[in-house]
Amino acid sequence: MERRDFIKSAIVVVAGAAVPMSALELMNPRDVLAANPNLKWAFLVDTTKCVGCGMCVKACKTENDIPWTANVSRTWVERYVVTKEGKVWADCPKQARDGFTSPLLDENAAGKISVDPNDIAKGFFVPKLCNQCDNPPCAQVCPVGATYKTPDGPILVDRSWCIGCGYCIQSCPYGARFFHPIYHVADKCTWCYHRIHHGMKTACVGACPFGARQIGNLKDPNDPVTLAVLDSRIGVLKSYFGTKPQAFYIGLSKEVD
Amino acid sequence: MLVHGEIWTTKEYFVYPNEYVTWAIQIVLYPYVTGLVAGAFVLSSLYHVFGVKQLKDIARFALVFSFALLPVAMMPLQLHLQHPFRGIEVLMTPHFTSAISAFGIVFSTYFAIVATEIWFVYRKHFVETATALKNKPDKGMIDSIRQLIFSALTLGAWDISPAAMEKDHKAIGIMAGIGIPVACFLHGYAGFIFGSVKANALWMTPLMPVIFIMSAVVSGIALCLLVYTIVMEGRKRLAKLKKPGTYGYQDLKHIRGVEDHEVKLTAKFLMIFMILAITLELLDLVFRGYTAMKSWDALRAVIYQRDAFKVFVLQYTIGNLLPFIMLLWPRITVKRAAIASVFVLFGVFMMRWNVVIGGQAFSSTFHGFMEYHFPWVPVNAETIKEGWPGVLLVAVTPFILFYILNKFVPVFIGEKEEKA
Repeated sequence: MERRDFIKSAIVVVAGAAVPMSALELMNPRDVLAANPNLKWAFLVDTTKCVGCGMCVKACKTENDIPWTANVSRTWVERYVVTKEGKVWADCPKQARDGFTSPLLDENAAGKISVDPNDIAKGFFVPKLCNQCDNPPCAQVCPVGATYKTPDGPILVDRSWCIGCGYCIQSCPYGARFFHPIYHVADKCTWCYHRIHHGMKTACVGACPFGARQIGNLKDPNDPVTLAVLDSRIGVLKSYFGTKPQAFYIGLSKEVD
Repeated sequence: MLVHGEIWTTKEYFVYPNEYVTWAIQIVLYPYVTGLVAGAFVLSSLYHVFGVKQLKDIARFALVFSFALLPVAMMPLQLHLQHPFRGIEVLMTPHFTSAISAFGIVFSTYFAIVATEIWFVYRKHFVETATALKNKPDKGMIDSIRQLIFSALTLGAWDISPAAMEKDHKAIGIMAGIGIPVACFLHGYAGFIFGSVKANALWMTPLMPVIFIMSAVVSGIALCLLVYTIVMEGRKRLAKLKKPGTYGYQDLKHIRGVEDHEVKLTAKFLMIFMILAITLELLDLVFRGYTAMKSWDALRAVIYQRDAFKVFVLQYTIGNLLPFIMLLWPRITVKRAAIASVFVLFGVFMMRWNVVIGGQAFSSTFHGFMEYHFPWVPVNAETIKEGWPGVLLVAVTPFILFYILNKFVPVFIGEKEEKA
């Protein structure tokens, strides 16, 4: 083959290959990992273990800089009292940060309600926190993209970008969001994203003396949370909204939503 | 330490700890003002697009008034933000899955359309004024500045031959035609902002945008009718005193005739749109009761008990039924139509109130309620922005803007030409 022919053919080959080759992409291992994370956080609440001590709320407020006296919290505990006639009472005094120390139900402006212990059919506590939905309405409605879903699950808020319109607060069916009293931006539970990424548990999980709260990785088949989610009878809150909550509950009752 | 909304919220029974009435008076005003914008524009389009010739006089008035209301439509949004200076982010980094992010695009499109239409309507006036000022001997400083402004307003289009005017006229028709869907979109999407909040049982209905559009047209027409009547009454007074007004006839009989005619016809259109609006609202109410979803117990408690006075007395009776009878009663007079318009405006305001505040009057738990108390005494930034001062600012600004705009695009100019 003449040198001239060789060069000619080489040009043809290079030009012809350029088009299909351009479809190939150089992959960055970090990008691949981010797109297919080996992490998918899930929360498991065993309501049958909760005694309403409020340690989780205390720990959360301290860990996440939510002012102690502000009447908002990233996590809270609800108390349900169902009478024998089927009447449902529920309360959450001071987000349960001090625990439930009184048998009287705090019904806000309606006053303190006393239920005769003999009339009570059942009573229980339900810890609540952000469900880090897989289809989060809050992230959908943010007009500036200040709130977003991370690839491994939790939904975060960019405090430097939130305009404080409150649309996300309105769109959350669970009441998990609120305006931070100091920063005046939307605030919410992050499942202590800053902690779990360093191998720690969330503040509330660490503070719960009864193991009612657990956090785990659904991508890890041996994680106790994954096992429980797979083989226990679990429920989620307000599934009819199609939000696909990632906080799973053991022992949910029909009165709870 | 108070959280946003805590100062005006009273909770009763079991409410999630983080729930407050976070959307207060400014969010009541927001759909109210956008509604007025859209409604005024639709009224002006009745003449420009559908050729309802009898509405010529009020059409020009409505167009300019709609333009004056437009910048005010975003004021409530700005004032309710916790970070008002970050509001511009909605335009700079819109997140398109959010209904609110469309605001910048819809708003600026609409602004461009109304501005263009007004320019075509008033181009002749700009050229004539600028030419007259140019030829005026010994001009003062004010006249020189006016000449500069009016010359700039012509945008270099000085041709006012009949052929050019004919083209302008066509352009006005086209702009008004495009404007109607955009105006409906501007307001329909305000309805969508509420209607798409699936977490809120009262708001979530696909009817919401349509209900909003209809009540928008109702309130826009009513406000135009009212302000038009007031302005005409003022001109009548001037005519009686035989004082020279800025524009138009000083012939009392003629002003009375024009006013009478325009107001009566506008009142007819007002009634048509009222029927549509009320039908849709009642359909929504009946449908909710009939389907009785899980939320109905809480909604029923709000609508039929806690807010019954606001819904059935203030909104439906005083705001809808009473003005409807007033408008329907034979031998309608200008005064009666104007008073009916006041009630209609009040009714639409109460409808916005009952939607926005009523939607937050019950908890997502469906076990508790929240009551909103308007902050009568402003004590901090929050109660200034979302209290009396903020409300007054939003209420007064459109009239100031209208007054200033009227200096450049006088709404009664047509009459002078007709007379000449």
